[in-house]
This record gives sequence, structure tokens and C-alpha cells, in this order.
Amino acid sequence: MNGSLPLIWRKFPERYSLEGNKCEACGTSFFPARPICPNCRRKGRLVPESMPRQGRIITWTEVFSGPVGFEHETPYFIAIVELENRARLLTQIVDSGKEKIKIGARVEKVFRKISDTDHEGPIAYGYKFKVA
Amino acid sequence: MRSVSIIGAGLTKFGEHWERSFRELIAEAGIKAIASSGVEGKDIEAIYGGSMASGRFIGQEHIGALIADQLGLNPVASTRLEAACASGGVALRNAYMAVASGQYDIVAVGGVEKMTEVSTEDAAVALGGAGDQETELFFGATFPALYALLARAHMKEYGTTEEQLAMCAVKNHKNAMNNPNAQFKREISVKDVMESGMVASPLKLLDCSPITDGAAAVILCESGKAREISEMPIEIAASSQASDTLALAGRKSLTEMNATKVAAGIAYRQACVKVKDIDFAEVHDCFTIAEIMAIEGLGFFGKGEGGRATERGKTAMGGEIPINPSGGLKGKGHPVGATGIAQAIEAVYQLHNAAEKRQVKGAKIGLTHNVGGSGATAVVHIFKQLEGKR
Repeated sequence: MNGSLPLIWRKFPERYSLEGNKCEACGTSFFPARPICPNCRRKGRLVPESMPRQGRIITWTEVFSGPVGFEHETPYFIAIVELENRARLLTQIVDSGKEKIKIGARVEKVFRKISDTDHEGPIAYGYKFKVA
Repeated sequence: MRSVSIIGAGLTKFGEHWERSFRELIAEAGIKAIASSGVEGKDIEAIYGGSMASGRFIGQEHIGALIADQLGLNPVASTRLEAACASGGVALRNAYMAVASGQYDIVAVGGVEKMTEVSTEDAAVALGGAGDQETELFFGATFPALYALLARAHMKEYGTTEEQLAMCAVKNHKNAMNNPNAQFKREISVKDVMESGMVASPLKLLDCSPITDGAAAVILCESGKAREISEMPIEIAASSQASDTLALAGRKSLTEMNATKVAAGIAYRQACVKVKDIDFAEVHDCFTIAEIMAIEGLGFFGKGEGGRATERGKTAMGGEIPINPSGGLKGKGHPVGATGIAQAIEAVYQLHNAAEKRQVKGAKIGLTHNVGGSGATAVVHIFKQLEGKR
């Protein structure tokens, strides 16, 4: 499954350009895009929305035992980030000193290689964040 | 809905079964359960089985059919249910509903996982599937990492300490010393936990439940009939289940598990009991932080109080509410698909006053709590003693 091309390219809009959506009825932003607004159901109106590229760290961890495909970068930081429109996402935090990675720290989006699992297969790219 | 009771229980030893296969484990648990029930194999009308990732662990799917075949019970209907680490609890709940609805009078329900056939790395990938593949695993989040994110949020908001987390593991290892079926027979100290290798900060190796092989099975029967068959049937007084977003980032709160809270509320109402009526609970401590969040979500302690309550010994044997007398997932072991059923079996032992050295004195009502993933599924059951034949 790792290295499967359709699994990667299908996600380009969200992973390459942080594209989610927003319910115009209740004003909630969703990332990734949701097929239906859980608050408004059928009365909601979902429109595409580009997510802000800045946010702050809600919680974080340093992963010392990474999964297959992440051996070369272990240990690395994972965080849940709340973007400026209050949508949240899980991401790696890179290019930032350990002492800067704190709850509340301001972060911004960068574009990076995510994992590299197969010599013959495609390389997965997507978003990571760094401390601003 | 009709009242439903457990009339038989069978458990394998939990641990590393190098000599034994998946099918041998579930067969042992199933055969023991039927033998202890007072009914015969021919009386079983349907089978429900829980297994999380048999395809990834042993390359075998179609577990429902496999179980019926192994137990020699063809042609009864046999169905596998999957809800990650809550597969066992969800299987129990579906079996319960099948009897409560009147569709069947007697059913068998089992749970099984054989996790040691693959490398630790492959096991981690299989278990990772309990989280969100596209928005969590893809970015390098391991399963311990997801719980580490919850732990850090809880520590920040409520001042929960790493030592308090460690105390859950220490207590559960201590309880497991008195459980002959447990994987670990080794007491550990807070210092041992604190000095064990960091897995995903702040969680260390000894904050994590182990990789385990094992199986568990129970026989359910409509309670009227159960009274005629069994000396002391254990009534399933409540069975509830709730869900939350698959990914942590979608949750309203990272310091509580809403699915646990919702399922618990439904269960207390269904069983007509209050939180303080519960004499003991088997909760889903796949990581130490999971136990802290469970005892808060189930209402035993206030929000943010779980760490301090653990530190004060309130969850120890003889405490205010003994949590995980069996040793929990941490001490007893966590063969994921079997866990939800094994929790119910501990409740049966306790309510039969047959838990020997780990017996909760005077236990009349017990609760079990089984979680799938990082909290996207929660299953709660409440068990009561029922007067049987004398």
C-alpha cells in the first residue's frame, strides 16, 4: 500500500495547497474538506476554502520510534496545529529547534517530502510546518 | 428488549504464543467457554467474533467462518466485527443485541488477535490503521504518538504529571501479579517507567501496553433461560457504544474522550445505576494516559482529576473504585480483538467472587470500557449478578 500512486495523487489539493472547505451556513472551516457539514447537515452549504498557512501548536510529541518509511528522520516532531480559521490538522514540525516547539508556538506551512518507502515507487510530498 | 446474561467464559493465557496459531487460540477460548456454560455446542445458534487486523497479522480474513469451522459449529451463522481495539467490545454488543432482540436465545461471542507473527515494525503499521491513514499515519504519526498528543494536552490543561501517568502502569502491573492469565508477572516502579525508553514524548515504553497473542470467548443466553441453566448468570445490564471523529484533529476537545462520555451516560441510564454504584471497572488502558482519560470520562473522577486520583491510590485494589483489577491492557496484555471480551470475563470472575487474590470484596456491579483507535469508538458494558438455579 505504501508507494501506491493513486493514494497519493488523489490528495494533491489538500496536501499540496491546504485546500479544505467551509460551511457558509454556520461558518465552520473544515480540513480536509468534509462531504457534509456535521453541524448543519443538508441545510449547510459547503464551498472550497484555502486554509490559512499560519497557526499555533495545540499539542505536540517527539516520535522516537517511527513507522516504516520514516526511519531516516527519526526522531521527529508531530503536532496538532490550529490554523487561523480554527481548523486543525496533524503535521510534522520541522526546521525548528526543540526549545521552540511549545504549546502555543506560532507556526507556518512549508512544503516537504513526507516519506520515501519504495525505490521504484512515487515519493510522497505534502505539508509540514515550522515554528515562525 | 429481553434481558441477556453471560453463562460461560473461556480465556487463553495472554502473552507470546510462539507454538500456537490464531485458530488454535480462538478454538481454545471457544471450547472452554462452551464447556463452562452448561449448554452444548449444538445449542449455539450464532457466533460473533472480534478481530482487528488478522489480515495484516496473519494474512487471514473471513474470521467469522474460520471460528465456526474451528469450533465444529457449521452451519451456524458466524460474523466477524471490526472496530480496531474495540473489536471485541463491539462483537459482544452485537451478540448482546442479537439475543436481546429475540432473534437468538444462545450465542457465542469471541475475540482473538495473534500479533507476534510479524515484526514489531509491521505490528505498529497494522495498529496504526486504527487512526486516520490519510491525515495521521501518512504524516508519520504512530499510534503511541496520537496518545502522546493527548497526554501532553492533558498535562498542560490539568497539571497531570508524567509520574502520575507512570502510576497507572505501576498499579496495573501490580494487579497483574495476581492474574494467572496475565502476560506480565513483574512489579515495576515509577522510576522504572520514568527511565524506560522514550517512545513518543511524554510516553515511554512502560506507558504502553504490549504486543500480545490471546483469545477470549463468552456464551450469551436470554436471562430467563440463563436462570434455568446457570447457577449464577451474569446479566449484561447495559451495552452502549458511541463514536467520534477518526482523526484527533477533528475532535472538539483533546483532553476528554467524548465517545466514552456519551457511551457511559447511555449505559448508566440503561442499567438504572449511578456512577457510585459501580464496584470496579476494567478500562481501556492501551496507554497510561488512556486510563486517566477513561476514569474521568466514565465519571469516576472529575475532569482533570484522574492523575491526582491515581496518585492518591483511589483506583488501586481496596481504593475508592478499583480500576483494572485484572492488570488491564498494560499488565494483562492487549491482544486487540480479544480485549473487549477479556474485560467482560474479568467482570464475570469478579461477580462470581472467583477472582482469588485480585477479588474486589463484595463486588455486585462491574463496568467494562473498550476503546477503538484514539477514541473514535467507545463501548461500555455494565454487568450485574443474577439469581440462578440452586
